[in-house]
Parts: sequence; structure tokens; C-alpha cells
Amino acid sequence: MSLYSEKVMDHFRNPRNVGVIEDADGVGEVGNAKCGDIMKIYLKIEDDVITDVKFETFGCGSAIASSSMATELIKGKPVAEAMALTNKAVAEALDGLPAYKMHCSVLAEEAIKKALEDYYAKHPDKHMPE
Amino acid sequence: MRIYADNAATTRMSRTAIDAMMPFIEEYYGNPSSLYAFGQQAREAVEEARATVAGCIGADPREIIFTSGGSEADNQAILSAAAIGRKAGKLHIISDQIEHHAVLHTLKKLEKEGFSVTYLPVGTDGIVRVEDVEAAITENTCLVTIMYANNEIGTIQPIREIGEICRKKNILFHTDAVQAVGHLPIDVNAESIDMLSASAHKFHGPKGVGFLYAKKGLKLVNLIEGGAQERGKRAGTENVPGIVAMAAALKESVGHMEETAKAVAALRDRLIAGLSEIPHSALNGDAVKRLPSNVSFCFEGIEGESLLLLLDDKGICASSGSACTSGSLDPSHVLLAIGRVHDVAHGSLRLTLGDGATEEEADYIIRSVKEVVDYLRGFSPVWRDLCNGKGTFIL
Repeated sequence: MSLYSEKVMDHFRNPRNVGVIEDADGVGEVGNAKCGDIMKIYLKIEDDVITDVKFETFGCGSAIASSSMATELIKGKPVAEAMALTNKAVAEALDGLPAYKMHCSVLAEEAIKKALEDYYAKHPDKHMPE
Repeated sequence: MRIYADNAATTRMSRTAIDAMMPFIEEYYGNPSSLYAFGQQAREAVEEARATVAGCIGADPREIIFTSGGSEADNQAILSAAAIGRKAGKLHIISDQIEHHAVLHTLKKLEKEGFSVTYLPVGTDGIVRVEDVEAAITENTCLVTIMYANNEIGTIQPIREIGEICRKKNILFHTDAVQAVGHLPIDVNAESIDMLSASAHKFHGPKGVGFLYAKKGLKLVNLIEGGAQERGKRAGTENVPGIVAMAAALKESVGHMEETAKAVAALRDRLIAGLSEIPHSALNGDAVKRLPSNVSFCFEGIEGESLLLLLDDKGICASSGSACTSGSLDPSHVLLAIGRVHDVAHGSLRLTLGDGATEEEADYIIRSVKEVVDYLRGFSPVWRDLCNGKGTFIL
């Protein structure tokens, strides 16, 4: 018996894409320490494709697993696809999260959107996909 | 391997308690209210247990009511004092900010029913100030309820001094002693305690049984109506195996109290010293006036649930006061009351050692916590900002 699914525990114990991209094209940070969750996503983007992604997270098991899974879901994908990633997709890919932990997947979605917004803000020649 | 370091949550039943319990499950299953000898055997065992329990806290057997546990005892004590207060037109109660929810939620209920409650603050040491209690007393005060020792940070309250004040002012004094009974010497008369709550599974007894001590002459209100058990104050057929086992567990715990406390406190201090080496960490609550078994820390830059899950992977059972483990958005009210800000309170760890803990286990816990805190800080954006001077370390 465990609080979380096997998938969540796997991504929590062995988080993928942990770290920092020093020369990131876009960075997004969401949450606050007061609430106990902060996620930071770093993106490397070339020709509208996410070529690299890293994350740092301060938070509970599901927050760390959600960040890890979200980065996996967008790595190597076109920017438009990353923009369309929903928290539901993150949670489903983790074989579900307890109801009171769903906000962790929301944070992951928001962190990616924020990093992409940062990228477009820094690259006015590019246009954010709808 | 499993190191169980969550003895404030519950304890393992002692062999003595199990052995005492078994005959009343297997053989002597009579109802204590039945008049035939088979029932009266059970009655005798319950009364013997009552005398044992009473003896362990310096009470008279008639002053002990068996309950389903600490929460029920807290509810009954507070609601009884409130009923007495209401009759006298006294609708003010004094408590503090670090009580268990069994007390706090009962007080909230009374507030809705017209009572006013003063929740005294505690110092950063997690201890209620005696002079604050005295200053809060008004002519309308009917009850002071202050816990004996805190369940999260282990701090021991000045019960004797508070009891003396209440006795002098003729105000009822209740203490939630769930974490203290069986672990600290208690004498209800010497400490001027009018009501006291206890729970068996915190001192190696079974779950689902506890007791309320209520001073002779104090009129209790029933939470459960029905038969005339417990002198009419708590209906329902007695939990005979549980009651017998509780008494056996308590007698044993009290018998070994001094040596157990000494051994466990030495390990506690070893843990505190080891964990203090972690940079930007702090012990929660007074270092000396605390339960022999309790170690409570906050670590900056990490979150408690992740810490617990990774310690679980290393075989260590511990607890935290982070929001994620409290089932609410806020971290523990106790940590906030001792002045830990949210950011820091989320990164808390409670280790409560058992009687049989060893130095090797303590050292393994220290190594493991150091490793896990280090690992989690390694990818915490909060920690990175603090290290890069983008924030200010609190601890």
C-alpha cells in the first residue's frame, strides 16, 4: 500500500530532467514557499522544438513527480504541443494523483506555460501558438 | 529493515499488555454487567485495572472513567467543565495555541455555543507562560485546559504551577496528558489536576482505549447514553481486553519510567546533536523541557512530505507537520505558534523514539536525514535562491 501510484513513486524516486539550464531560452517559476510548492522549469528551444528541459522543485512527492513527468511529456516536442499540455494529461500519465494533490499537476502545467511565455517575451520575432 | 521512530503516533503493544489481554479475548469473554460468576470475573478484572490505572497517577479508582481513547476523554472533560460553567453563568475558558485538535475542535464547538475562549500564545520555546494563564483568568473563567506535553514538538508545560493557580482561584483544570502518561511521572493531587485525559496506545497498550481522570465530586456529562457502565458516565459494554491490557501496559511503563526516560533521552540528545550539524536547521521547542523521546526539526529549503517518503525508502518511519502531511493547506498550527514561518514549517520532521532504540539506529537516522535533506536541497529552487543571495536564510 502506498499513498501514490507506482508511476508517481518512480518519478519521485528517480526524477527525470532534474537541474538547471544556464543559458535557457525560457524560464518559468510558479507557486510559493508559503504554500509549500515551487516549480521552476528551464527550456532550450530550437526551430520551435523543445530540445532540452530541466526542472527544480520544492514540494511534496507529487509535486516532484508532476514536474518530472511534465518535462518528459514535452521534451523533444514542438512548442505548440507543449503549450497545449494540460494538468490532466500530466496526472493521467502518472496513473492518477490523489484528489487533494491535483494542484501539483496544475503547477506543472502552469510552470511550462510560464517558461514558454518567457521564451516568447524574449523572442519577439516568434509568435506564440494559440 | 525498519526503524520505527513515530512513537508519538502510536507505540507497539508490549508483550505484558498482550499477555494480559489474551485471556479476556480467548476465555473470559463474559459481560461485566452480567450477574453470574462468569460475568463477574470480567467485572473484577475491569475494577482491578481501574485500581492499577488510578495508582499510576495518584488517583482514587472511583476517579477513573474508561473511554475509547484520548480524544473521547478530552471531549468529555471539556464539555463537562463547560456544562458546570454554564450552570454558574461562567462562559470563559482558557487554553493555548498548541493543543491537540481533540481539544481545539471541542473548544471551537463551545465558542459557537456562546463560550469565549482565550488561546494563550506560547514562547518560541513552545511553552505556555504561567503568568499568562494567571493574567487571562476572569471571574467568568470556568476551565483552564493546557496539555501536559505537546504531541508535535514534545514540550512539557508547567502543569504543577498552572494547577496551583487554578486551585487557588477555584477554577477547573484539565490537562490532555496523552503524550505524557506512562512517560513522565504524574501525580494528579500534587499537581492540582482536576481532569486528565490519556490514551493506551501511546504507552504500549492497545488502540481504541483510554481513560479520563475526573476528581471526585466533579459532575461529568455523558457523551454516550445507554447503560449504567462507568458509574453511569459512559454507556456501552466495557472494552474488557483493552482495559485490562491498558492497565498492564501502564503499570509496566510506570515501573520502568526512570530508566527508560534516561536511555531514550540520551538517544534523543544524540539525534538532536547530529541533526543540528545540518546547516540552516533548527530544533523545534525547548531542548530540555521536552519529552524524552521527541526530536522535532525544521530544515530550510525542503518540504516535509518528500523527506518522509525518502526516509521511508530507507526504512525509517517518521512524521512531519508540513501542509501536505496535515491534509490542509497550512502547516502545523504548533509550528506556526512557536514562530516558524510557513516556508520553514513546511520542512519539518518529527522523530519520536521507542524504548528499544539503539545508538546504531540513531546514527543511521542522522546519516539518512543528512543525505535526504542534501539531496532534496540539490534541486530545490528555494534553496538555490537562498544560496545565491536572492533570499534571506531564516534558520
